[in-house]
Amino acid sequence: MTTATEPGYAELPRLISLMTGDDKHHAAAESTVDVLWVLYDRVLDVTPSNFRSPDRDRFLLSKGHGPMAYYAVLTVKGFLDEAELPTWSNALSRLGHHPDRRRVPGVEISSGSLGHGLPIALGTALGLRARGLTSKVVTLIGDAELDEGSNHEAIVVAARSGLENLTTVVIDNRSSTRGWPGGIARRFEVEGWETRTVSGRDHPALYSAFTAPHPGRPLAVVAVVEPKG
Amino acid sequence: MRETFLRVTEEILDADPDVAVVLADISAAQLAGAARRHPDRVINVGIREQLLVSAGAGLALAGLRPIVHTFPSFLVERAFEQIKLDFSHQEVGGVLVSYGASYDMSAEGRTHQSPGDVALIDSLPGWTVHVPGHASEARRLLLESIPGDGRVYLRLSAQANASPHLGVGFTRLRFGSSGVVVAVGPVLDRVLRACAGLDVTVLYASTIRPFDAAGLRSAVLSASPSVVLVEPYLAGTSAYWVSEALSDLPHRVKSLGVRRDVEVRTYGGIADHDLAHGLDAGSLRLSIKDFLGK
Repeated sequence: MTTATEPGYAELPRLISLMTGDDKHHAAAESTVDVLWVLYDRVLDVTPSNFRSPDRDRFLLSKGHGPMAYYAVLTVKGFLDEAELPTWSNALSRLGHHPDRRRVPGVEISSGSLGHGLPIALGTALGLRARGLTSKVVTLIGDAELDEGSNHEAIVVAARSGLENLTTVVIDNRSSTRGWPGGIARRFEVEGWETRTVSGRDHPALYSAFTAPHPGRPLAVVAVVEPKG
Repeated sequence: MRETFLRVTEEILDADPDVAVVLADISAAQLAGAARRHPDRVINVGIREQLLVSAGAGLALAGLRPIVHTFPSFLVERAFEQIKLDFSHQEVGGVLVSYGASYDMSAEGRTHQSPGDVALIDSLPGWTVHVPGHASEARRLLLESIPGDGRVYLRLSAQANASPHLGVGFTRLRFGSSGVVVAVGPVLDRVLRACAGLDVTVLYASTIRPFDAAGLRSAVLSASPSVVLVEPYLAGTSAYWVSEALSDLPHRVKSLGVRRDVEVRTYGGIADHDLAHGLDAGSLRLSIKDFLGK
């Protein structure tokens, strides 16, 4: 992996370190950092200048806890000012432990309670299709978040609806209490999703998983990272 | 009322390419024709009410105006967190339409009865709540809910009054001096029968949120500060708004509605449940006369 030399990516650890005071969330923040970087750097067509455009790509962070990596990536990509990061979670800050779409530029949904992002993303993907737009909708969930039954409602309907414009990325750090025998991808595959399981740290592998065609079917990318410690 | 809703919804779908309907099997058969004409905008998610509500919110985020429909126990109670977070907290708009009210499905038992729906919605700021008392009111309120991006709860019922009242806010239907009786939606005809010969003002509303505080206050000032609130859902759901409207006036309030003290486990017909909750005309008359000291 040659990831550390990409411009901007090297900034992320320093930006993350500007936000302190939430040790519990630190590991989760790191588990998403490479996926978030690849999405915003190379996959998604969303920038501060097209963020109000109906045909932008959408990224819905469903696993809202540990958003430090998210805020750091939004900073590198120009949605947020670095000077704001040290205010993280104080009373005057827009940057909380769970992101607020009404307050943070670039944030598509307010999250925190688990199991909402994928069902909302399904609705957005259906809506974009109804409007004749070909934008992508990507939502990020965790392997423990997949415990929530609402995800499974959406997994079935997304596949039956042939939602090619919908991608779910599951960060798998093996934190689900009851686990997923046979693997997470199978939960999607059996319903008709295209599935790709890759290292959540390998930027070229993530890029190719996100961008290789999957005609007529939604895409699930299982991004495997180190088990939660 | 339900048939009117489904017919008007088809008209809206045919006329407005920005409206989508989300269903969870309930009413899907009746909207099958619309689904064939507009397959991208009539979405039946199956028996999945969390997804029903979240998908509606997602459609709103994509710029559509969603109509989200099923029975109230499943729409509001089962999927309440989805309403709270995916509509209210995201600050997106939609029109939630329930059919079944507190006990329209009287013989189905508690699982299909939802007297607490308006109280739950009322725990969230900014929702418009319509409780039509007639199919013509339902038609108008649905059509009025489509423009804009507000959050609307439209509560349809099998119970209805003989004729519609298409006023806005509280409409004064009777003038009297010894008290003000407020009737919401389908209880109106029973309230009017209960008040026959009594010297009371009767107010009617099919839109109960926002609460017409000025209308209530004006009626109270020209009658008496004794208010009887008659609502076809959980008793006292609007009592907070009545006391806010009259906070600087000594006043008395009696809240009538679906009872809070017990879970009524009766089957039977709607009229049996009206009796059990004291919402039939005879019981209402006794309660009103007792409260007003007649």
